[in-house]
Amino acid sequence: MIRQSITFIIISLVIFGVLYPMTIWGVGKLMPNVSNGKPIIIEGKLKGFENIAQEFSSENYFWSRPSAVEYDASSTGGSNYGPSNEVFLQEVSDRIESILQSHPEKTKAEIPIDMVTASGSGLDPYISLESALFQSERISNARSMDNDQLKQLILDHKEAALLGLFGPKDLVNVLKLNMALDNISPSLTNN
Amino acid sequence: MNTEILGVIFIFLLSLLLAWPLGKYMVKVFKGEKVWTDFMSPLEKLIFKIAGANPDQSLNWKENMKALLVINIGFFILAFLFLALQSLHPFWNPNGFGNWEPTLAFNTAVSFTTNTNLQHYSGESGASYYTQLLVFCWLQFVSAGTGIAACALLFQGLKNKASEGLGNFFNLLVKSCTRILLPLSIILAIILMVNGTPTNFEGLQEVETLEGDIQLVAAGPAAPMVAIKQLGTNGGGFFGPNSTHPFENPNYLTNIAENVAILLIPMALVFAFGFYTGRKKLALLFIGVMSALFIAFVAVSISQEMNGNPEFTKLGLSDPTNLEGKELRFGPAASSLWGVSTTATSNGSVNSMHDSHTPLSGGIFFLDMFINAIYGGVGVGFINFFVFVIVAVFIAGLMIGRTPEFMGKKIEAREVKIAALIIILHPFLILVGTAISSYLSATDQSLASEWIHNPGYHGLSEMLYEFTSSSANNGSGFEGLGDDTPFWNIMNGIVMLLGRFLPIIGPLAIVGSLAIKKSVPESAGSLQLETPAFAAVLISVILIVAALAFFPVMALGPIAEFFSF
Repeated sequence: MIRQSITFIIISLVIFGVLYPMTIWGVGKLMPNVSNGKPIIIEGKLKGFENIAQEFSSENYFWSRPSAVEYDASSTGGSNYGPSNEVFLQEVSDRIESILQSHPEKTKAEIPIDMVTASGSGLDPYISLESALFQSERISNARSMDNDQLKQLILDHKEAALLGLFGPKDLVNVLKLNMALDNISPSLTNN
Repeated sequence: MNTEILGVIFIFLLSLLLAWPLGKYMVKVFKGEKVWTDFMSPLEKLIFKIAGANPDQSLNWKENMKALLVINIGFFILAFLFLALQSLHPFWNPNGFGNWEPTLAFNTAVSFTTNTNLQHYSGESGASYYTQLLVFCWLQFVSAGTGIAACALLFQGLKNKASEGLGNFFNLLVKSCTRILLPLSIILAIILMVNGTPTNFEGLQEVETLEGDIQLVAAGPAAPMVAIKQLGTNGGGFFGPNSTHPFENPNYLTNIAENVAILLIPMALVFAFGFYTGRKKLALLFIGVMSALFIAFVAVSISQEMNGNPEFTKLGLSDPTNLEGKELRFGPAASSLWGVSTTATSNGSVNSMHDSHTPLSGGIFFLDMFINAIYGGVGVGFINFFVFVIVAVFIAGLMIGRTPEFMGKKIEAREVKIAALIIILHPFLILVGTAISSYLSATDQSLASEWIHNPGYHGLSEMLYEFTSSSANNGSGFEGLGDDTPFWNIMNGIVMLLGRFLPIIGPLAIVGSLAIKKSVPESAGSLQLETPAFAAVLISVILIVAALAFFPVMALGPIAEFFSF
């Protein structure tokens, strides 16, 4: 019984702890881009990952959803606040205030819920279409560009549900949208 | 129709659809019939040869349980040593993580050995790649294999007519790993990787963001681990926030694949029961009972999350949908389906933060874990369900005044006593644990502030969740709880051990005694199991046992919080 246990432990350790992951890793070598988590590399520089949110705080970018970990992709997580927690509700309330300050033409009731709630991972790459449109005036003002052109850019980046059938629809990947935005009006990149 | 709801229905139906053929296949593996994975047999033969084991030798329940315990003790010891001495291995540790504190190493070694995967650590900031693969990935296979093998022993015992051999645990363990878990994991890992789950050995990568800041991004060999974590109802994530993390679960397609993987083997084992014992109708009744409860729970959770948080409305927002702790690419519906799936099957991975769910949705997750048998964990889910069946048969038998029988075997005092003890064990571990932690945090303010993240009723829920998740071998958490302390590490460790092995040993003891009984021919007076009446008794027993034992503490936690809005 001891012998069979030790045998199994050693052999299974090799199969499942080494050979299995190395096989997957080997398959991944055939598609180096995706097996590295879909990095975005521009002129040899790692500019981000398609599905990892970055922090955007300047006026001329679309903002990602709030992050409980300040978009720290080396130590991720959510707020873990319960729905009735006073500290949490105060935080939401503060977010509402600061959003209204940066979007003076808007009202509370117009604020999309995803703009004031933190995601589970702290790295949610998406915002809702409403949230992107909500921010568009601020950005077109900051970049002095045509708001209709910007709205069109947003709509071009709108992602449908899977096969048009399953799951949430009308989401916008913030990083991709902001990169496209820089391509349209590059002069403001380092504003 | 709303695409979010449609997605949820699709995931559920796809799981059932795939579980049927998988159940058939698993029975062939258990019985040693010809299957397409026979190319694994040279490897298996090699293992049996070195081990000096005869895979065809059928053993009784006690010998099989001894084999199970001995090998699991081995799993634990090795895992503990690897964790406690993490800094000693020179490779696959690009971020230079050190040794683990002993109580955390104890808790984590127990957690992965018992298929719980409660995580008091955060993967990306404490575990080297060596640890992730040679401890966590490995244990996720063999602990799941342990559960599946135990379940196969149970099937054989129910089929036996006056013979004590239940099969060979060691043989079943090896084949569950090589022929069931491994092929499925390879498929799922590749699906994940193609969609953007990393599989590399890089350390932290430095990103220069659009705004010119530096963002450090943790990656690693995540795809292979995430695949087995779902399929083996393990749930131990590669990254701290588990499958909410865009690397673990990059898009809705991977969310479908992972959620199906959570449900797949637990569902398939119910079908496998039917194919193995020839009682297909009974298996359908079981899956029907489980699914009725499952669907009801999903419906409550989704409606609660979509109705949202009434406090948001009070703040002046027009849309109260509860998106705190949720990812937009899954949305509230798929988050609720996942929440119910993961708690009902003792998986414990999450794609949204359970701590931030609305009170009744969180309450549903509790109920799932209290029952712990709606599909349930791989192998052990059906074993737990079997205990409910024994109790239901006993009660139904008493109601019609006959000797209770199950599959032609008389259920007598010994069987019912064991079943009752196993059923009481779960509330005992949870309630005593929660009572002790509540007492300590109530008498010592410093402990309360160290442990509890959310005040009031929700704080009690956090502690209750941790013990429930431990006893149910689930592994999810109300993660606000400050649980990496010696108290939680040791208490949860003990609860996980008792909650894992007693509910395997007890039912196998029942089956061991049923196996040697002569079967009684069915007569007009026998209790008919394949009837709506028995299904109703079964559902009642499940709900009464779960609801009655836990109602008081639920009233103080989630229900009180619900009424406080």
